Amino acid sequence: MNAIGVENLNVWFGKGRDRNQAVSDVSFAVRTGESFGLVGESGSGKSTILRAITGLVPSWSGRMEIAGIALGKARSRQFYKTVQMVFQDPYASLHPRHSVDQVLGEALKLHGFRDVDQRIERLLKDVGLGPAFRFRYPHQLSGGQRQRVAIARALAPEPDILLLDEPTSALDVSVQAEILNLLTDLRAENGLTYVMVSHDLAVIGHMCERLAVMQAGRIVEEMTVEDMRALRSTEPYTKQLLESSLGYTRET
Amino acid sequence: MSLIEVEDLWVRFPTRTGVFDAVRGVSFSLGRERLGIVGESGSGKSMTGRAILRLIRPPGKVEATHIAVEGDDILKMSERQMRDVRGQRISMIMQDPKFSLNPVMTVGDQIIEAYTQAHGSRANAREKTLEMLDAVAIRDAERVMRAYPHEMSGGMGQRIMIAMMMIPNPSVLIADEPTSALDVSVQTQVLRIMDRLVSERGMGLIFISHDLNLVSAFCDRVLIMYAGRVVETCRADRLHEAEHPYTRGLLNSLPRLDAPRRRLEVLKRDPAWSDPGSVRGSS
Ligand SMILES: Nc1ncnc2c1ncn2[C@@H]1O[C@H](COP(=O)(O)OP(=O)(O)OP(=O)(O)O)[C@@H](O)[C@H]1O
Ligand SMILES: Nc1ncnc2c1ncn2[C@@H]1O[C@H](COP(=O)(O)OP(=O)(O)OP(=O)(O)O)[C@@H](O)[C@H]1O
Ligand SMILES: [Mg+2]
Ligand SMILES: [Mg+2]
Repeated sequence: MNAIGVENLNVWFGKGRDRNQAVSDVSFAVRTGESFGLVGESGSGKSTILRAITGLVPSWSGRMEIAGIALGKARSRQFYKTVQMVFQDPYASLHPRHSVDQVLGEALKLHGFRDVDQRIERLLKDVGLGPAFRFRYPHQLSGGQRQRVAIARALAPEPDILLLDEPTSALDVSVQAEILNLLTDLRAENGLTYVMVSHDLAVIGHMCERLAVMQAGRIVEEMTVEDMRALRSTEPYTKQLLESSLGYTRET
Repeated sequence: MSLIEVEDLWVRFPTRTGVFDAVRGVSFSLGRERLGIVGESGSGKSMTGRAILRLIRPPGKVEATHIAVEGDDILKMSERQMRDVRGQRISMIMQDPKFSLNPVMTVGDQIIEAYTQAHGSRANAREKTLEMLDAVAIRDAERVMRAYPHEMSGGMGQRIMIAMMMIPNPSVLIADEPTSALDVSVQTQVLRIMDRLVSERGMGLIFISHDLNLVSAFCDRVLIMYAGRVVETCRADRLHEAEHPYTRGLLNSLPRLDAPRRRLEVLKRDPAWSDPGSVRGSS
């Protein structure tokens, strides 16, 4: 069964000369328990697709399904118990005047958990933050520490589907390894489904089975991770992307 | 003369549980080169960069024997003089690009304003702005100029910041995770621009990044920070031969496209790493 089905999705912003077609005729499906990657050009619509699924874009057309049920305009609380998103920008996604304790406490209470205290401790531990961080405010955290709080908040309602928008690009590699291992374990233990956006192809290779490559609002190619590793691709854009991922070379 | 000379820098924050030292006795110098700073999250990389521009917010405190910018000690400057340093001599690309842009002003107006301030005239500001956006590989520059920061994708916000910071033609650029939201091909273009500013105009670049492979390929020298100290310094192209167990641990925790593994190695921290004094990071 498919956890996520997207068919002919279009998303646009603005009108007149400022109309911007951010996503054009995008279709893909993610099976339950699968981990699916979205990669591609900056500004190509990756975040917008995830935001459309979570109900955060004003104008779209096409069809989106979660566990076989079509999504309409609004999203219910039950939806957010099933689907959670980790946002690309850890600065914008945390309320500046809410402590870590408040952020996690509210997420837990909203979804009806009682043992809030223990769960907060558990969540912090899972994302590699000690209890000392519990009463800090966002401005007292480094970039990576904020992102870990955002991940903990997404895990709070114990969702089935996680939409991860560059979840580790603000993290150093050792914390990245901890978070990726945690995500791997959670998926194995609870059969979670992931859609993961990353510009780091090695991270996608580590986490996903299949991926879609995007450019200018469209999916130009869908491929397996084995194909990506072997640099097997038919599309010129994908080829270019895979080649640049081999590393930076100086001009001089 | 070095462009920047930092001697025994400390950044301290009072907290509920006592004073927290975010940076502990860091010393280094920067010439006309690409100096990388790597290290785990919370190790004090951003605070080191911000301290050089005196951008640590109270109650945080900066102490140092000196922080010299082209020979002038910024710790002795007035706030007015500091504004000139920030505007003209040192630019910083902040880790949180959208946070540093004005949310209620269009992208175009912000870049034009930055240009006008730096060059004292509005003449050609519009063309220059379009040129800048084009240089950082923004398609659709006309639309982007009319848009507001929240209407930009993550990587677009980052590139707009980069374009703005290069306008005053600074002697030093501090770039805090400048390419973390960029896809690899755009990343390459942006790095080329910075590369040229160093090799052609003699700018000094402090490049803060988590990406060890990138730092190794792009930079000349690297400082490796742990718990507020510099634990090791080396030539960037020798980063893969680094010896400190912390640096080795960082290198081993990277996922690799060519060598898949079921689990990633996780760093086992040794309390001894945070004990001794900082290593000097002078060339
Ligand atoms: N709120 C908005 N209002 C107007 N335009 C928007 C808005 N959000 C995104 N866009 C536009 O939609 C397009 C796609 O943006 P999106 O954030 O999905 O890109 P992305 O693939 O996630 O890029 P990145 O890798 O840089 O994060 C861009 O042209 C962007 O300017
Ligand atoms: N206002 C504050 N009060 C207390 N501690 C703070 C404050 N601001 C920052 N810190 C702490 O200072 C330390 C260094 O922060 P810094 O932002 O320099 O880290 P970093 O190396 O840039 O990390 P990252 O890679 O995650 O961005 C962190 O442990 C952070 O929690
Ligand atoms: Mg995005
Ligand atoms: Mg930082």
